[in-house]
Amino acid sequence: MDVLFLSRLQFAVATYFHFLFVPLTLGLSLLVAIMQTKWYRSGDEDWLRMTKFWGKLFLINFAIGVVTGITLEFQFGTNWARYSIFVGDVFGSLLAIEATATFFLESTFIAVWFFGWNRISKKAHLASIWLVAIASNLSAFWILVANAWMQSPVGYTIRNGRAELTDFLALITQPFAILEIVHTLGAAYITAGFFVLGISAWHLLRRGDTAFFRKSFALAAVWALTFSVFEVAQGHMNAEILQSKQPMKLAAMEAHWETRTNAPIHLLQWPDEENGRNLFEALTVPNALSLLADYEPDAEVKGLNSVPPADRPPVLPVFLSFRAMVGLAFLFIALSAWAVKRRRDPTGSPLLLKLLIFAIPLPYIANELGWTIAELGRQPWIVYGVMRTSDAVSQIAAGQVAISAVAFILVYTLLGAADYYLLAKYARRGPEDTAAAGN
Amino acid sequence: MLETIWFVLWGVLWTGYFVLDGFDLGLGTLMPFVARNDEERRLVFNAQGPFWDGNEVWLLTAGGATFAAFPKTYAVMFSALYAPLMLLLFALIFRGISLEMRSKETAAWWRKSWDCCMTVGSFVAALLLGVAFANIFRGLPLDKDGVLHGNLLTLLNPYGLLGGALFVLLFAVHGSLWLTIKVGGELRERGARMAARLWPVLLAVAVAFLGMTAAVTDLYANILRWPLLALFPLLAVAGLVGSRLFLARRDWWKAWGCSALTIAGAAAFGVAGLFPRLLPSSLDPAGATLTAFNSASSPLTLSIMLGVALVFVPIVLAYQFWVYRNFSFEISAEDLEKGNAY
Repeated sequence: MDVLFLSRLQFAVATYFHFLFVPLTLGLSLLVAIMQTKWYRSGDEDWLRMTKFWGKLFLINFAIGVVTGITLEFQFGTNWARYSIFVGDVFGSLLAIEATATFFLESTFIAVWFFGWNRISKKAHLASIWLVAIASNLSAFWILVANAWMQSPVGYTIRNGRAELTDFLALITQPFAILEIVHTLGAAYITAGFFVLGISAWHLLRRGDTAFFRKSFALAAVWALTFSVFEVAQGHMNAEILQSKQPMKLAAMEAHWETRTNAPIHLLQWPDEENGRNLFEALTVPNALSLLADYEPDAEVKGLNSVPPADRPPVLPVFLSFRAMVGLAFLFIALSAWAVKRRRDPTGSPLLLKLLIFAIPLPYIANELGWTIAELGRQPWIVYGVMRTSDAVSQIAAGQVAISAVAFILVYTLLGAADYYLLAKYARRGPEDTAAAGN
Repeated sequence: MLETIWFVLWGVLWTGYFVLDGFDLGLGTLMPFVARNDEERRLVFNAQGPFWDGNEVWLLTAGGATFAAFPKTYAVMFSALYAPLMLLLFALIFRGISLEMRSKETAAWWRKSWDCCMTVGSFVAALLLGVAFANIFRGLPLDKDGVLHGNLLTLLNPYGLLGGALFVLLFAVHGSLWLTIKVGGELRERGARMAARLWPVLLAVAVAFLGMTAAVTDLYANILRWPLLALFPLLAVAGLVGSRLFLARRDWWKAWGCSALTIAGAAAFGVAGLFPRLLPSSLDPAGATLTAFNSASSPLTLSIMLGVALVFVPIVLAYQFWVYRNFSFEISAEDLEKGNAY
């Protein structure tokens, strides 16, 4: 196994693992901030207990998100040194801004919030959870701007053998970045919504209709439906931008081989990568791909065969991930719509409650599928059309990367197990024990 | 000019990290030697509780700033020091996660495991940072392509190990002094005794390190050229002496402040001695050494980043100062029972 393969494996493990924790942090921080605000305004103790119960789960999740984030910044230097040299001027500055402007804020005030109950004024304490929520979401903004630049490089020129920044504003306002941010945050909010829905459903099933979990359920149901509908509606806009910026990713998502006008979408098909075609195509919707990509039924859509095989992303995993992600998105709309309808009387439908418990992991899967499409669909480029992944890797010994990759897998498995155990334990306990501990 | 400003900022960020997270790492390292039971160990954890996370971001920012301002240095430094950096990373992961995990279960094996992660993680992080910086002072066997000729053992030379010992001791004294601020009673007395006992060892190692620095590096060359820079090592010495004097007077805050000054002075001495080099090469000092000038980003990036730093670093300092003011009260066993504690 070579350095390239091992470094990709290690980076994939580190990012997939990190991204199990980030979406919940982004969404749950806002939900907890909303709960605390409701308590601050109304004085209703239920909202206080909700803040503390969901806040505890938030903190357990947050800790792993933070420590695994450090790993990613380090790895650009350790494993992708040639990439770092080439793009540091543009990409590095975005990471540095994230750390200086937002990560400090988030990390400082999460502790203020946890240790600050009864130590600082109620107002300052409420402000601290809002600062955490806003800073986490702004952190995501900077990181996603950096990622969007890898997908669609703008505002730079190649000089002195590297990409040098020429237009910072172009970098942070490019449509690709905006869509990526909106799409990722939407997915994060759905994740948090279903997390709260699922745990509330578990308690409603076991303990009957408690005000605490009905309130949590109703808040999360409306929240999850809002963002699920938004996510599907907004997802369409990504096709248009992929068509102009990353045509091969779009082609791989749809297993679209030949460049043509009036391009259809086949609901059932199976790609045959070796021969550059599909094994079968059925349930065809004429002109649909052209319409999605360009809002014109006869628009031309580039096919995978328009570039040499070495320039194509791996088709099958991208194609399957895309279908699974879209399928899940529609399932989220259906489930959350049902939950909204039942929000005043959730215990009246035990079937819905059971389904919601099983739905907790689904947004996590959808998130990881989304990143699989984004990152695998970008291959073989690390910076689309500019730098190949194979040219980006460090000149280091394969042996040490093999050792570190194995260490990552072991350590992350351990951390994941401990974290899952604690989340499940505290989620099951419910708010009473939290209150008894005086927390 | 921009390059020089960024070199200074680079030094400031590392100094900030060592001063702030230094006491967390020291406390973690010392925990088994000062805390005798579960309650005392919880006090040690909570003494760093409200601070460590914010402190650690100084490291991330120092890394991010290196990436942004000196990408080539970032790339070569991180890939050449691959093995020690990975070890540092795992040490920091285990240290950080132990804080959140430890209190969530009462089983003895669970708590012991996380205590062990805290102590080993803190010790290894302090040691590796010292070894890495001492080797950077000395120069790494790097060729023109930024490839290291050597391995982890190359870094474990006498000067590197002395640097590691220096960092561990500096942080240990810093941490035990922080403990005297944050707790009372018997634990405070043990913190004070620990600081007093470690102090002469730290003094001996510091003297040895300064002496050996003269022999194996040329960090003093800049000081001979610009004598004003001698202020930094002098501040470090003054801080070291001051910390012992204030410790004897049981003036905890001042003792800790002096120890912060020691760390800041020592870090500034190293950075000033390096200037304008960020990563000297011992193989090919003229051709392969990375400096603030040959590894810097474009003027546009440096200017934008300077704007960001000028706006945000003062804001960060302001709210972190606010946190230290509001949360550095003395904690007791009763505070642990209130629930908002590790």
